[in-house]
Amino acid sequence: MRWLTAFILASPLAAQAAGMSADDARHLLNRTGFGSQPNEIVTYTQFSREQAIERLLRNAGTAARARAPDWVNDPIISARTLREATPERRKEYQAEEVRRGFDLRTWWVQEMLDTSSPLTERMTLFWHNHFVSSQEKVRHMQLMYRQNLLLRRYALGNFGALLHVVAKDPAMVIYLDSATNRKGKPNENFAREVMELFTLGEGHYTEADVREAARAFTGWSIDPDTGEYKWRPYNHDGGAKTVLGKTGTFDGDAVLDILLDHQQTAEFIVAKLWREFVSLDPDPAEVRRIGRKFYASNYEIKVALRELLQSPAFWANENRGALVKSPVDLVVGTMRSLDFSVGDTLPLALSIAQLGQNLFAPPNVKGWPGGEAWINSSTLLARMAFAERIFRADEMPKMAMAQMGRGGDADMMRVRGFGRTGEAGRERAMRALYEIQFDPSRWLAQFPGAVSVGDMEGALLAREPVTAIPTDLPTREIVKRIALDASYQLK
Amino acid sequence: MDRRDFLKASAAASLAILAPRVVWAGEGYRNLLVLVELKGGNDGLNTVVPYADPAYYNLRPRIAIKRDDVLQLDQRFGLHPSLAPLMPLWQGRELAIVQGVGYPHPNLSHFRSIEIWDTASPSEEYLTDGWLARAFASSPVPKSFAVDGVVVGASDLGPLAGGGTRAVALVNTEQFLRQAKLAHPAQAQGNRALAHILKVEADVAQAAAGFNGNHAFRTEFPGGPFGNAVKTAAQVVASEAGVAAVHLSFGGFDTHQNQPGAHGNLLRQLAEGFVALRAALQELGRWDSTLVLTYAEFGRRPQENGSNGTDHGTASAHFALGGRVKGGLYGGQGYLDRLENGNPVYAVDFRSVYATVLERWWGVPSSGPLGGRFPTLDLVRV
Repeated sequence: MRWLTAFILASPLAAQAAGMSADDARHLLNRTGFGSQPNEIVTYTQFSREQAIERLLRNAGTAARARAPDWVNDPIISARTLREATPERRKEYQAEEVRRGFDLRTWWVQEMLDTSSPLTERMTLFWHNHFVSSQEKVRHMQLMYRQNLLLRRYALGNFGALLHVVAKDPAMVIYLDSATNRKGKPNENFAREVMELFTLGEGHYTEADVREAARAFTGWSIDPDTGEYKWRPYNHDGGAKTVLGKTGTFDGDAVLDILLDHQQTAEFIVAKLWREFVSLDPDPAEVRRIGRKFYASNYEIKVALRELLQSPAFWANENRGALVKSPVDLVVGTMRSLDFSVGDTLPLALSIAQLGQNLFAPPNVKGWPGGEAWINSSTLLARMAFAERIFRADEMPKMAMAQMGRGGDADMMRVRGFGRTGEAGRERAMRALYEIQFDPSRWLAQFPGAVSVGDMEGALLAREPVTAIPTDLPTREIVKRIALDASYQLK
Repeated sequence: MDRRDFLKASAAASLAILAPRVVWAGEGYRNLLVLVELKGGNDGLNTVVPYADPAYYNLRPRIAIKRDDVLQLDQRFGLHPSLAPLMPLWQGRELAIVQGVGYPHPNLSHFRSIEIWDTASPSEEYLTDGWLARAFASSPVPKSFAVDGVVVGASDLGPLAGGGTRAVALVNTEQFLRQAKLAHPAQAQGNRALAHILKVEADVAQAAAGFNGNHAFRTEFPGGPFGNAVKTAAQVVASEAGVAAVHLSFGGFDTHQNQPGAHGNLLRQLAEGFVALRAALQELGRWDSTLVLTYAEFGRRPQENGSNGTDHGTASAHFALGGRVKGGLYGGQGYLDRLENGNPVYAVDFRSVYATVLERWWGVPSSGPLGGRFPTLDLVRV
């Protein structure tokens, strides 16, 4: 990036010779957060790689700052209320939960846009995709909200502590059927997934381990009136169980400790973090090395992250542009990188869902598979349609409301359940969509001095564009072509 | 030349290579395969109910389908009452049911087991390409076809993944065609992720060139996710541009708790969707050249669990439908006597079903793509 080199050499920052390159800064910011503005890149070039990593880890937060929807502290609609409601009333309750789902998505996307620690949100999303729960089954959106707060509180904390807490989190207790796992009538759902997906990984336990562990997890439940976790001792199977070669009268927490005792758990998590931060193909030797440190630290997540971000593989040339942007990367990253004006974030939440990452509703307990699976013909086209749409500079036409049923803007609203928000929801999304605006001169002002097409490519792309971008076009058109290039899907 | 002109030119060049030509190979692919994945693992025992077997009622005191409620197929088996729309197909001998479909050393993880089904691998072997992708690699689909396979409403290509298969995933055809104008295939050297994106873009352009707009069906399609998927599938087939396989997925079958209501609802949607698909393909004159097959990662455990539901099981019953299907019951019967770890032992290897598709439906060799010989079933009239 010539502009930065010129800028840095001309500035007092040049005195700090240890600063990393602008390419390094863009790479680090895009991998640990969502996109990067030119002025952020400039800021980070004053740090060495190690300093920058320490800064990112130090700035991690534990709480969201965006204003939560006003219903989050309302009591849940209890099982009894639902049972006793008329069919019409019950339908209305269900529709209300679906609408709240969109409130919650809008809220989280707002937090991702505004946060001072994008790494915290990336890790919160990572854990949402690891300890999966879905609105589709949990229903009570207050519980999905509380789980999201919990994931953020532990996002860069201790994995062992997170495992224990999230296992008994009410949304999880509902999602993986722990609430109905009772002595003499086991339900294996949680026992299987905690081994297969949360800790050891497939192939590191037997069917007998699943059956025995399910017995240990009996007794975990929720209070159907409040939605709080509840221990029901009379449902617990207090007999002896044998799990992974150990025998005892284990309860659920004891089984979680057995799972954490296995170094395989540390390696399993590190391999997954590798796919999130480094490349699609974890290096087994490196995973083992970092897994050992993670295990030795008693599962401090920052220890694993620091090692990953400092590893040669993270910075290797062949791994630049080797990851596929997730829908959140693409949508939130585009807004942040290009300093878009955004009011209501509802249309962004809808776009993210449309591109295949409906927050709070992952497809199944394994979560979004990610990587190349983000891109198929329908999602690639939807990504391009998104890019094409946001660079239009039109005013909202007077007829827009009448036209909403047709064309590209209506595609954006084809999100499961959004119809339940009715005409009001569609109108709100449409107005907000027209408020999302790119201001070329404001963005260009973040660059020091004159800006070439190459400078813009350097700030936005992890590799050279597949098709050469013409230089004799207005900035808006140049940036749009960059965003439509196949390379823009990579980070 | 500016970017767009260049791209148009290169798209045109790549299409020219793919112009129709006379080929003898691949004629069999004029027979269409429609795969329907019942995601989550359908409960075969409450789908095709062994209503004369006391063991069934002992295992399921709370969730069994009552003997009086089943739709009798013969003296021993009957369909779940929500499948009533399928009875005319059964009586017309267009519906075959294969019971006990599974594989040795069953895996009870959703993800691993569906991978086994999608890749047709042995339980302990990890393969990356889907079984259809391997079949199309060894016996190519005619290049005149717009695309080898279409995946409706799912993000992963499942049995069509890998192997250079030309496959597109779409939600509805109208939206696909509108957005496809943004795809401009280009060539570039790059990493695996970039290569994947460029291939998807090229497949889109080719499929879009072959699909036409909206066929006006007289058939009314049911609402709901499966009805929508069936409608999209019918639109794809209506294009006449050629497609060998269409994959539909229908989710929600992981019925760990409160199964009866949810499962009945799913089966009703499934049956209504099948009936609409049959009507639409009859309108197109394609029902006699279509084979519809269901599959899933596994069935569910014969013994009900403590939550009015069922946990993960193994072998299960599956449907085959079509104008040239030889209706009737196939496969294992009475497998409740042979439980291992509480789950039924398979009677028909799922790769036998696949071999039937490859050899009898398409007339292509199966032992290469399936990694061995599996006996075929006499399911279809040639």
